[in-house]
Amino acid sequence: MNAADLFGVVAALLVGIGLYGLIVNPQPLRKILSFNVIGNGVFLLFGAIAYRGAAFGLGSDPVPQALLITGLVVAFSATALAVALLLRLFEATGSDTLSSEPPAANPSAAGEQ
Amino acid sequence: MMTFVNLLLAVLLLALAAWTTLARNMFAAVVGFIAYGALLALAWVQLSGIDIALTEAAIGSGLTGLLLLNAASRLHVNANAGGNTGRSRLRVPAALLSAAVSGALMLCVFALPETPPTLAPDVAANLASTEVRNPITAVLLAFRAMDTLLEAIVLLFALIGVWSLSSDPHWGGRPGLRQYSEPNGILAYTARVLPPIGIVVGAYIFWTGADYPGGKFQGATLLAAMWLLVLMAGLADAPPIRRTWLRVALVAGPLAFIAVGFLGLQTAGAFLAYPEGFVKPLIIAIELALLPSLTLVLGLLLLGAPLRGEEP
Repeated sequence: MNAADLFGVVAALLVGIGLYGLIVNPQPLRKILSFNVIGNGVFLLFGAIAYRGAAFGLGSDPVPQALLITGLVVAFSATALAVALLLRLFEATGSDTLSSEPPAANPSAAGEQ
Repeated sequence: MMTFVNLLLAVLLLALAAWTTLARNMFAAVVGFIAYGALLALAWVQLSGIDIALTEAAIGSGLTGLLLLNAASRLHVNANAGGNTGRSRLRVPAALLSAAVSGALMLCVFALPETPPTLAPDVAANLASTEVRNPITAVLLAFRAMDTLLEAIVLLFALIGVWSLSSDPHWGGRPGLRQYSEPNGILAYTARVLPPIGIVVGAYIFWTGADYPGGKFQGATLLAAMWLLVLMAGLADAPPIRRTWLRVALVAGPLAFIAVGFLGLQTAGAFLAYPEGFVKPLIIAIELALLPSLTLVLGLLLLGAPLRGEEP
């Protein structure tokens, strides 16, 4: 098994692990974390495919590689926006979970808005 | 040997990803994510993506990790044990769905065509015309410069989004909380000793990007990290977002990029085309203009929405 296939399989598994975490974890911060794992899986899959396109002395296809760098930076900015939204939600409601079952929501703080 | 390293990396990556997803303690999960990002950077090295490895280590693992750690501490979710218990009935369907998605992707990996499609020959053939020797930089700033321009603008939009989440009394104020640390403590000491070294390394990574792995994003991340270190040690304070100089500095890089784009319309016949003989100077001018803007955007995205007024 060569590096492209191996990391392709790892990427597929990372997407699965992240998807599971995204569905199961009720806390938004954990969801953001899991979503980043999914994103990493997608990037790694793209990178493994780019690695197969190595030619002319270039170790990997540079066009997808450049797109990956763009993607990583955009993923960071999206994560920063998601975290800012979450912190604002916490400030407004006092709750850090989307789950309705545990009594984590603070009704007195929610009345401020 | 190489295969052994790859296998080890693969196993560790999957184990850390599972830890990040399943760990009960939020801080443990985030720390796992940072370690996982560092290993992912090694995986990129194995896939001949040194530029991506640098970006992943700096932005994917470093800045994102710092952002999440900061958020976890502000949410006080330190020991939220049993955070998963609320949705136990979801676990089996979620596991089945995830396994199906992973399986489908794996099938795709093994069903890829024997002769992979590649643009590497085109890049290799036209690399000389850009006068830079790093093919990634050539793609980022010549062949697909539009992507990079839009990316710089996306970062600004994200920052506007983050800022607009400030509460009314704090609009225009300073982002983040005022940091205090012991003036003679180890944090203040590090924040005095490390930035000169970090700034030199950041500038080197930026400069070397024309010919070798590196570039403005990786360099800007290092510079932003040094700025954040000084802020965290309480040696300086973040500027209020109302300041005109700050806003001008934020848009200066993308505006310079757009200006070069229109210059291309006049001199080379297409938006973002470079006139022959001036390709490398123009690429370096764009990167030089983007560097301070990117440093500020990355640092300010990490600091988040304003939480205080304009007074320090």
